[in-house]
Amino acid sequence: MTVLPVELQPALKDLLYRMADDALILGHRHSEWTGLGPILEEDIAFSSIAQDKIGHAYALYQPLHELGEPDPDRIAFFRDAPDFRCCHLVEYPNGGYDFSLMRHLLFDVAEQWRYHLLESSRYEPLARLARKVRGEIKYHVFHATQWVIQLGARGTEESHQRMQQALERVFPLALGIFEVTPYDELLAAEGIFPGERVLQERWLETISSVIEQATLQLPDPQTVVPAYGGRRGIHTEYLQPLLDEMGEVIRSEPDAEW
Amino acid sequence: MVTYEDIWQALSTVYDPEIPNLAITDMGMVADVQLDSNSERVVVKLTPTFVGCPAIPLIRAEVEQRLRQLPLRDVVVEITYDPPWTTNRLSPKAREVLHQFGIAPPPVYEGPEFPLELLREPVECPYCGSVDTVLQTPFGPTLCRAIHYCN
Repeated sequence: MTVLPVELQPALKDLLYRMADDALILGHRHSEWTGLGPILEEDIAFSSIAQDKIGHAYALYQPLHELGEPDPDRIAFFRDAPDFRCCHLVEYPNGGYDFSLMRHLLFDVAEQWRYHLLESSRYEPLARLARKVRGEIKYHVFHATQWVIQLGARGTEESHQRMQQALERVFPLALGIFEVTPYDELLAAEGIFPGERVLQERWLETISSVIEQATLQLPDPQTVVPAYGGRRGIHTEYLQPLLDEMGEVIRSEPDAEW
Repeated sequence: MVTYEDIWQALSTVYDPEIPNLAITDMGMVADVQLDSNSERVVVKLTPTFVGCPAIPLIRAEVEQRLRQLPLRDVVVEITYDPPWTTNRLSPKAREVLHQFGIAPPPVYEGPEFPLELLREPVECPYCGSVDTVLQTPFGPTLCRAIHYCN
């Protein structure tokens, strides 16, 4: 394993926690569609994507464990909301399919760019994972893009309107993905990750093009207040109840063998 | 003395838990085997089909169990993402086994990763051989399968 200077560890851990917590929480939200999807194929799609996301979270908690944090199950199920570093976007309940689908698009395009930028990271475990995950996330983006364009541009007046409303609701939350942390500069200078501002720029370009194809109107990022706070441990009211539910069984018998 | 051949032989008796007769050696899951010069310690690296594949712990435990039956002092099984698994790693034998099981293996492609456009190409139905098929959803019953409909 690449040996990185000790002083880089807090920055690296923060990055890993942000990515892993996003994937874990959104994975759980997506899994809530299991059995409830509007059609069978969508039920399976959201369930499959959920499984991928939770797998990615596990693969990110693993290097954290190697950096001295508790083991993946403990990290996932025994922390409370203030210790989580996920953005608000992933915390919200699924609501309707329109909201879920739009969140899926805005999140996964960011995720695709993030991993793309990490493919050349100096931190090898993350670069290796990024090169593996690339092949998985392109299916997620493919799925979200097809549906948003379908419902925006080729559906009915109602589907167009609902996707537009969903976009307006999700957009400020999605900007919260890119909340700059005090570690951004160091991570960029050390060749680990170029930073949230760079990521947001790339993301906005891709999103603008998909939203245009879907004949929807992207809100002006300058006039929108981004939902920041998640990266500092300040969360929505929805996170703690979700964590309580996720950890209910394992917390009742922490040392049980499964 | 344990040889590379013995190790490969042992690995070829570990099967995919969902598809009968599909050995991990034919699936291309074995990324690397390192036997030390005294033939006492082996390090095997497995590259999973998907990061979130729920069968990984099971396959890993089975590999460990098989290798421990050999006269080795130390058995180490690691999961790696390098090289990433792709369908190009499927051996001709794996393709045959998948076909018999009702799964159409994707064609061998050029370049580092599976091009999404290939998903839209008609695949040959593993039941009747027809190519009058359409992609229904890229998300099948497991992460590594897509569903196509045969007309």
